Amino acid sequence: MARELTLRIFRYDPLNPESKPCFVDYKMEETPRLNLFVALHRVREKQAPDLQFDFVCRAGVCGSCGMMINGRPTLACRTLTAELPETITLAPMPAFKLIGDLSVDTGTWFRGMSERVESWIHTQKEFDPKAEEQRMDDGTAQKIYELERCIECGCCVAGCATANIREDFLGATALNRIGRFMLDPRDERDSEDWFELVATDEGVFGCMGLMGCDDVCPKELPLLEVFAYMRRRMSQVAAGRAKADAGTSQPVIT
Amino acid sequence: MSELITTDVLVIGAGLAGERAAISASAEGNEVVILSLVPPRRSHSCAAQGGMQAALGNCVKGAGDSEELHWLDTVKGSDWGCDQEVARIFADTAPVAMREMAHHGVPWTRVKGGPADYFIKGKKVTLEEPHENEGLIMHRDFGGVSRWRTCYTADGTGHTVLYTMDNMVVELGIAVHDRMEAISLIHDAGRCHGAVVRCLRTGELKTYLAKATVIASGGFGRIYKYSTNAIINQGSGQSIALDTGLVPLGNMEAVQFHPTGIVPTDILVTEGCRGDGGLLLDVDEYRFMPDYEPDKQELASRDVVSRRMTEHMQKGKGVPSPDGEHLWLDLRHLGEDHLRTKLREVYDICMYFLGVNPIKELVPVRPTQHYSMGGIRVNKDGHAYSLKGLWSVGESACWDLHGMNRLGGNSLAETVVAGMFCGQRLGEWANSQTLEVDTALADIALNEQQERINALITGGMGEANENVDQLLNEAQDILQAKVGIFRKGEELAEAVVGLREIYQRSRNLKMRSAFKGANPELAAALRLPGMLKLALCVAKGALLRTESRGGHSREDYPKRNDRDWLKRTLARWPVGADEPEISYEPVGLLESPPGHRGYGGAENIAMEESVEDYNEKVEREWIEQGWQETATPLGEELKEMVEYASTKQS
Repeated sequence: MARELTLRIFRYDPLNPESKPCFVDYKMEETPRLNLFVALHRVREKQAPDLQFDFVCRAGVCGSCGMMINGRPTLACRTLTAELPETITLAPMPAFKLIGDLSVDTGTWFRGMSERVESWIHTQKEFDPKAEEQRMDDGTAQKIYELERCIECGCCVAGCATANIREDFLGATALNRIGRFMLDPRDERDSEDWFELVATDEGVFGCMGLMGCDDVCPKELPLLEVFAYMRRRMSQVAAGRAKADAGTSQPVIT
Repeated sequence: MSELITTDVLVIGAGLAGERAAISASAEGNEVVILSLVPPRRSHSCAAQGGMQAALGNCVKGAGDSEELHWLDTVKGSDWGCDQEVARIFADTAPVAMREMAHHGVPWTRVKGGPADYFIKGKKVTLEEPHENEGLIMHRDFGGVSRWRTCYTADGTGHTVLYTMDNMVVELGIAVHDRMEAISLIHDAGRCHGAVVRCLRTGELKTYLAKATVIASGGFGRIYKYSTNAIINQGSGQSIALDTGLVPLGNMEAVQFHPTGIVPTDILVTEGCRGDGGLLLDVDEYRFMPDYEPDKQELASRDVVSRRMTEHMQKGKGVPSPDGEHLWLDLRHLGEDHLRTKLREVYDICMYFLGVNPIKELVPVRPTQHYSMGGIRVNKDGHAYSLKGLWSVGESACWDLHGMNRLGGNSLAETVVAGMFCGQRLGEWANSQTLEVDTALADIALNEQQERINALITGGMGEANENVDQLLNEAQDILQAKVGIFRKGEELAEAVVGLREIYQRSRNLKMRSAFKGANPELAAALRLPGMLKLALCVAKGALLRTESRGGHSREDYPKRNDRDWLKRTLARWPVGADEPEISYEPVGLLESPPGHRGYGGAENIAMEESVEDYNEKVEREWIEQGWQETATPLGEELKEMVEYASTKQS
């Protein structure tokens, strides 16, 4: 017997003064291998043509469909209903501006993040179209790619206690991005350059260590390691500065 | 009062092609604004897995590679349907484009010197990678190529290149207005002035006026029922160009079916799976491709492999399933380490969407709509035919290096190369223009769209009773059934009639919801007529092309016909008409005369005129038709032509 599912969906249109935030139940029969991409489109096609939600690739790689599924932020497209109870509660991710229903404005947030961490290779070198590419060890390339795999879905921000109480917190995604550039030999920024941004309460020391980000990251990025690495590296800069202030030797970190 | 925004260059689409064009135009000193349906990093470019072609020749199986070989592979892949001069520009520029992306941060997989294990044509081999190339960009094998030349980042190439490109856009401070959809072009007396744009956050309309407007909105795969494309690939850019009644779309019947869409869900797993040694098996777990294609086997071009798979299933060798027949992709022998590093996205897709572990199990696949070779017809600079100031790059354009079939890895490379090359051309052109701010013209264009929206919201003209989803589903069913991998005249004729009826019915749309804001039903209703028009261009072009070439395969005309069909289809949609008008142009100057591809095995009807006569006809038609001027003369980038022209002069 196929189950009858109840999709309990948050509905609210912030642009419409008559709209009040509420949950609305939509029922449907479960079909084999049903995922929430298909289920939500069925709701839109049959029951609520004006329901707002975001999907693009529907293959788990573009990061559009982050939402709260039974209280946990994750990608809707690759969530199978078979893994969930009969009642599935869907809500928009917190910490991002609501556009309507399940749709939130991750685009503006992530552009702001990229600007804030200056998410590009900082180098004095000009590109020379006639020259061979700068060589890189394949192991280094793989380490960079490991962190570069972030898809900006926003789940780590939605699942972060600090990000939900202080708007200026960089969040795991930004710290991961910084880690990516720290690993990259093409980027000429050093620890001192990063210190003012990272070694603060908006940065790595604002994290209270609950590591919700690591629990929910759909790409299984090594966020525990990123935070540990970042704390240690920033502490070393601070230690070096303290020594320098005390008139002793130069900082040991480059 | 609606908002009016002015800029030098307006780019519609923030995928790789649009962003790279924006960077080039900005480097020429232009102010640039990019519009995007979604945040830029969610553009469909991010989903490209396998890699991009460039003749760097860094690894042992790439040794001896050259731009010349890349060009020739591309021309063969196109079944001699491409513009060979554009293919030259492409192959010559691709190596610089890859290196530039390396400079800006793409973590390309790199060459590791010393012995390395590969699977080639079903056998495990150990090869020695050259130590002197240690740390240069690595390549993998792909279909229809004579050397390994696909540059890649594991199987997240599109993702890493798009993230790097968008980083460059952020660094340059180029504005990206996301969740914005261009719904019509503003044009007057053969000159494009910008676009009317609908905000997908609020539903408000705005006008953008610019010297140059660039459409880089990707493909239109979603007119098919089953497509690997992202759900935003509905051809909105091609539609608004077609709506002008002026701009032709080129070769719309040239639709690519990728051999390995997974069943069900139609998500793509990369050609890199076969490039890295993956095999295709049938219901008996028998490897059938070498029987059909002894030389290239699983790595013939996509059109050929998809046809062979379909042929094999028609012989009863498919695997039956509740989701329809399929074949198997076998990756098991590649091993856990390879599948969890170099094919990690593929591993995740199989696990999450199929519950199949490719380390131990076979992956169900079948040919699935994947790429649109056709698009807005532009000259070699990227300037659209018949409408000055309109440009197009990437999949939305028919630039035309792909002809009737694109090689794997050439589209992702095209995005960056066309963005660089055409972006510079349009940036230079914009510098020669003055910005005309005709607010009356902008208002007329905006009011026309506002009236269209009002009519939809209020229920149209009395008799309105048609449902958006229903009409789209019907059109998708027709294309899937009758304009697929193998085509027949009778079915194509039925498809044209059926689609035309649906198009006529789309004038009587009735919305079920009435709010004007960011209403998804309204967005779909606004897109539907354009999608139906594109579908008709595909079906009618396919009906009239009475030969088989590349991705267009006619059961009733199985031969490639170089005598009558060395042509590109041009589809225009006269304002108010119910179907497109079709005309033709020569494919372009021939440097490589049509020959045998080395795979695919079809017979050809030979050209009767000489290559010289054909090329003279190309130049004559170019002048007679009055296509946009190009920055350098026709044929300048063709190596033999340059020599030929210089001997004529001396």
